[in-house]
Amino acid sequence: MVDPLIGVKNLRKWFPVRRGLLTPKLFVRAVDDVSFSIEKGKILALAGESGSGKTTTGKVMIRLIEPTSGKVLFNGEDVTGFDSKRLKEFKKQAQIVFQDPYDAMNPRQTVFQILQEPLLVHEMTGSRDEATDLVYRALEDVQLTPAEEFTPRFPHELSGGQRQRVAVARALILHPKFIMADEPVSMLDMSVRAEILNLFLDLVEKYDLALLFITHDLAVSKYIADELAIMYLGKIAEIGNPEDVVDTPLHPYTIALVAAVPVPDPRAKLSEIPISGEIPSPINPPTGCRFHPRCPIAQFPICREKEPSLEEKVLGHFAACHFSNLLVEKRKPEGRVSKAN
Amino acid sequence: MPLLDVKNVKMYYELVGNRYVKAVDDVSFSVSKGASLGVVGESGCGKSSLAITIMRLLPMNAKILSGDVTLDRQEILKMPEAALRREIRWKRISMVFQGAMNVLNPVRKVGDQMAEAIMAHDGVSKKEAMGTCRKLLSVVGIDPSRIGNYPHEFSGGMRQRTVIATALALDPDVLIADEPTTALDLVVQAQILKLLKELKEKLGLSLILISHDVSIVSEMSDNVAVMYAGRIAEYGKALDVFLNPLHPYTVSLLSAVPSVKGKRRRLQSIRGVPPNLANLPEGCKFAPRCDYAKPECLSPEPTLELLGNGQYVRCYGITEGWINYGRPIDRR
Repeated sequence: MVDPLIGVKNLRKWFPVRRGLLTPKLFVRAVDDVSFSIEKGKILALAGESGSGKTTTGKVMIRLIEPTSGKVLFNGEDVTGFDSKRLKEFKKQAQIVFQDPYDAMNPRQTVFQILQEPLLVHEMTGSRDEATDLVYRALEDVQLTPAEEFTPRFPHELSGGQRQRVAVARALILHPKFIMADEPVSMLDMSVRAEILNLFLDLVEKYDLALLFITHDLAVSKYIADELAIMYLGKIAEIGNPEDVVDTPLHPYTIALVAAVPVPDPRAKLSEIPISGEIPSPINPPTGCRFHPRCPIAQFPICREKEPSLEEKVLGHFAACHFSNLLVEKRKPEGRVSKAN
Repeated sequence: MPLLDVKNVKMYYELVGNRYVKAVDDVSFSVSKGASLGVVGESGCGKSSLAITIMRLLPMNAKILSGDVTLDRQEILKMPEAALRREIRWKRISMVFQGAMNVLNPVRKVGDQMAEAIMAHDGVSKKEAMGTCRKLLSVVGIDPSRIGNYPHEFSGGMRQRTVIATALALDPDVLIADEPTTALDLVVQAQILKLLKELKEKLGLSLILISHDVSIVSEMSDNVAVMYAGRIAEYGKALDVFLNPLHPYTVSLLSAVPSVKGKRRRLQSIRGVPPNLANLPEGCKFAPRCDYAKPECLSPEPTLELLGNGQYVRCYGITEGWINYGRPIDRR
């Protein structure tokens, strides 16, 4: 097995909730004991509903926020212990692409200035010529050519897809080894979404990048990822090869999510969604298995009392459910997932 | 006989200096009782403008240049505003706006807000209106005892249900839902779509569902209109449009969308970007991005033509026969 480039181990991020002086302290358990790793040249998609903790996980991984406990391992070293000098070096190698490229850019800077900024911060260039050269190369990497046509433009003079390309170029310009992309295509129109997804696929291959791709869209995850992790209330419910996870889920929550995804085929009927309600508050998550109040196959008292650990149920396919084996048995012979109810 | 018939509607927004944003240009379609029409297109293609044109909830600079909208053979586009307000808007054609879960007033109780809408139109007492609200809430799957709650005590999905219930308060025939599930989580989205489908079947509602999401439209609609640059590029039964797409835009759009089902295949993006509605190209509006475009596509603009199988398409390549996707096309 290849050594992973970056990973998290037993990661926790609890945000304190402000209350009165004498009342007991409460925490939003945004990320609660999460572990995974990403190899060079691989894409891990982190999927889940809003409030599942996927963005917090990503932010901790590039140390935009500090974890409450646990480790972020980069090339085998724990990033959380880095001093400011080493942290700066790490941040050069770990970059980010945000959801809304328009919000993530200074509207009064030109594309050139936007792309030059990381070079200045990290003192990467001696001369203006050198900077120009790097900026042009980054623009060519994201296929904004001829580059000189784009450098003088302001963000509002670009289309949505072009803006997201500039955001990707800004992340690439420091030659990072790891990129965290937080819902990078959810603001884009359908016809340009595919080109940005393909751009990420090409760049990961070309530069041997490790990419953490955060999304709520399972179809996009299945398309882009080498490994897919489903998060629910701060925990990983299921992780494995995206085709395995989506086609033969081993967690009832994943089954519900997959059933909820509309498919572009008019012959498909709206699927029965086997779960009801909405994701509960992460302040006081349910005891035992966090999914048990919504789970169609929960059995009591075990699911209410004992938290399931993330276990390898099938080779390379992990799920945190006491009754994954029931889901495997319920599957029809042709491999289709039956309704879990 | 269609219930709602939209014919050659043109609605432009006037800009300074005699320039126009041609948001809705020569759009025609019809919706039968109890049927659903999906209008799909990317942002800025005019789909929301089409909805507010039918509702006649247009801003000051919007001009309806031509066209007819008839509901049960009654023309409503040129009807006096007072009569429209009294007889049609909200009573027979109702609408759920985009971002509807944020339209509730946060400092007023849910029931009071719903009742206000009913009392404004029906002239009933508050008590009767509240009774109707309770019924409406249970229709959309909310416990009627929550009527005295404030919006913040509801989840996003419940707020969306409340807004749908309010749109149904006056028992309309047609419901226009503009992106009814954006900003909702996946599972909640599926629940709301299911609710809309049930309402359509139970109440015999005609539904116009506007969405950028081809998957949602394909699952929800009997008929589909694919909009591009203010026009309908292709229109027909959902089965035909999605399984046998004809317009090159529809074809490209469908190969740009990933699906959770089936094997992975490389997605094809569409080169270029959608045109600016204030500065449209001559001729076919999709030609600059079209792989099949020929010089004759650049002028004049093709019209929406009916083909033998009942599908409509606005494309010379299809009607004149020089586009061939390697599958049979009924070009008559």
